[in-house]
Order: sequence, then C-alpha cells, then structure tokens
Amino acid sequence: MTETTVPMSVRMPSDRTSVIDIAGEVTAASEGALMDAYGRASGEHTRWVVLNFSELEYMNSSGIGLLVTLLVRANRQKQRLLAFGLTEHYRQIFQLTRLDEAIAIHDSESEAIAAAA
Amino acid sequence: MSEKRAQRDGDAWAKPVAHLQIAGVEPGSSGINVAGRRPTSPVHGFGRMWQKTYRVRLEGADVEPAEVIAVWKRDFPTFWPKGNRFFAPLAGIAPGEVAVLDLTMPGGLKLSTGVLVLYADEESFTLMTPEGHMFAGWITFSAFDDGGVTAAQAHVLMRASDPLYEMGMTLGGHRQEDRHWEHTLRALAGAFGVEGVVTTEAVCVDRRRQWGKAGNVRHNAGIRSGMYTAMAPMRLMTRPFRRA
Repeated sequence: MTETTVPMSVRMPSDRTSVIDIAGEVTAASEGALMDAYGRASGEHTRWVVLNFSELEYMNSSGIGLLVTLLVRANRQKQRLLAFGLTEHYRQIFQLTRLDEAIAIHDSESEAIAAAA
Repeated sequence: MSEKRAQRDGDAWAKPVAHLQIAGVEPGSSGINVAGRRPTSPVHGFGRMWQKTYRVRLEGADVEPAEVIAVWKRDFPTFWPKGNRFFAPLAGIAPGEVAVLDLTMPGGLKLSTGVLVLYADEESFTLMTPEGHMFAGWITFSAFDDGGVTAAQAHVLMRASDPLYEMGMTLGGHRQEDRHWEHTLRALAGAFGVEGVVTTEAVCVDRRRQWGKAGNVRHNAGIRSGMYTAMAPMRLMTRPFRRA
C-alpha cells in the first residue's frame, strides 16, 4: 500500500491541551502522519487532544479505524480526545460508528478548548 | 473537495442507523440475533483490541484492484470456508445493507449473527458487526497496487464482545479466525488463477480488557443461537397452534 504523508500541524494552546490540524485525506496511508502528529501533540502534561477536522477533505473506513487506534493510545496516556470542524456528513459517520460516544464533538475550536479547560 | 469526490464519499457510507433491520430471512438461515441489534465498534467491545491484517499478492494476474473488489463483492460468500454461510443482501454488498451469517463454531455449534455494510466503494468495503457478534469491530476488505502487483487484503480491527467470547478467542478462536480469512484470500486469489501465499500480521493494539463492557454477554449470539437450537422441537410442536 502506498504510504503518503499528509501534513498535520500541531498547536498547543496550553500545557494541558493540544490541537492537531488534520488536512486533506485520512485513509490507511495517513497512519504515519497522524501518529507522528499525535506524538508531537502528546506532552507530559497533555490531558486533552483536540482534533481539528475543518480542512478534512475525505475520510474512508480505514481512516475511521485510525481514529480508534488513536483513541486507544490517548486513553492509555489518560488523555481525552475532542473534535471540531466536522461536516454534517462526517458527524453522521461518527454517529454511525458510535465514535461520538468516545470522542466529544464540538462546533468550534473555542468550544472544544473551553470544554477541555 | 471536488464535487465528484464528495458525492462518491457520500454514497460510499451507510446512513446512520440506531438498530439493524433485515428485509427477510433467507431459506436455511434462522436470521436471529440481527434485527434490533445496534451496530458496534471496537470501542464497545470487552476484550483486548487486535488489529489483524491478512494479505495476498496476486502475482502474475493481470487484474486491477477495482476488478478484484468487484469480484470479491459479487462472490463474497463463495470464498468462505465450508460450514460458514453468508446470506448476502438482495442489493449485494452496498452501503447500509445487512447480511445474515451462520457460522460453525468449535464443537459444531452454529452461531447466527450478521453484519452491516458500513462502507463500500470501488477500492474497498467494510463490514461492521452488531451486538452479540463474537467481536465488536470492523473488517475492511481492500485491493491496491503493491509494487506493481495487485494485492488483496482483509484488515480486522476488533475486540471480543464479552468475557465468554474473549475466553473463546484466547482458546483457539483467534486461530480459527486466522484460518477463515487465510482460506478466503487463497480462494479469492484462486478466482484469478493465482496460487496465493497469504501473510498474516496480528498486533495487539490494546492489552487491556474493558470490564465495563462485560455486560455485553447478555446479547451473546452463541448463547442465543444455542437456545434457539435447543428450542427447535418445541417450536415444531407448537407450529400447528400458531396463527398463520
């Protein structure tokens, strides 16, 4: 399978909260980029990792699988995942796959960060 | 995202459903343990979380990935090992469709369950299990170019649904599942005239068991299937008294 690197930037609004800006496509080929971004986002004091899907173009079922793996890694570090910027379509996918029960979805970055605070 | 891509993406996913429904029961299938069940994800299972990848390279076959997926979807049940039946939905493997499964478990016990087609496009399709299934998770079937050779792959992300299944998976269930998908991939390769060598990779993504999900045992399709079989004589005896 072809490995591609989709750039995912990481921001840290506070010691305890990180934001991963996800852009482009999230498929099986994104595993390296997503896990690398999580590695950069996950500091010693990080308790909340916020996933920004505003620039997401496309995600398939393998991409959803990656989010589950990410969730496991975050739980292991006693961190919580939050998300914002999902289109209605992807909100429905989160609902269908019941990921919304494990990853709190918010309408905006400020709302997500306020929930993390 | 291009409009075409957005449309394709929208068409590829199942619409949200709270509970599964089946259009009818195929002759030969009990069709139990599916209707009314909620679809599950690895988040909702009990056991350790496993990621398993089964892959076969179709060396020598002049076939595009999309053609492999088309054949796989069309003839999906025929690639399964004997003793296991996949009652495909009338519309075939398409997003939102529900299929009924009858599986043979160790000891000859028949287990009836089902799957929801979560995602399907030209390059892959994903099946999602309902409550009561042996595992909570997804299986993604895909085909892709692997260094100039088309490869077919089954990728499982799962947790055993409840403590009984977890015990069963530990005591041979994982091996049985491996054999199931290895057989399937060899049969798929055979459909393209290839004697395929299947590689299997299993990674334990999370060793922890989710004890908060132990109550999933109430949906256990193995127990319910066993009870259904045991009650068969009583159903036969009472049939004349039931309303048509």
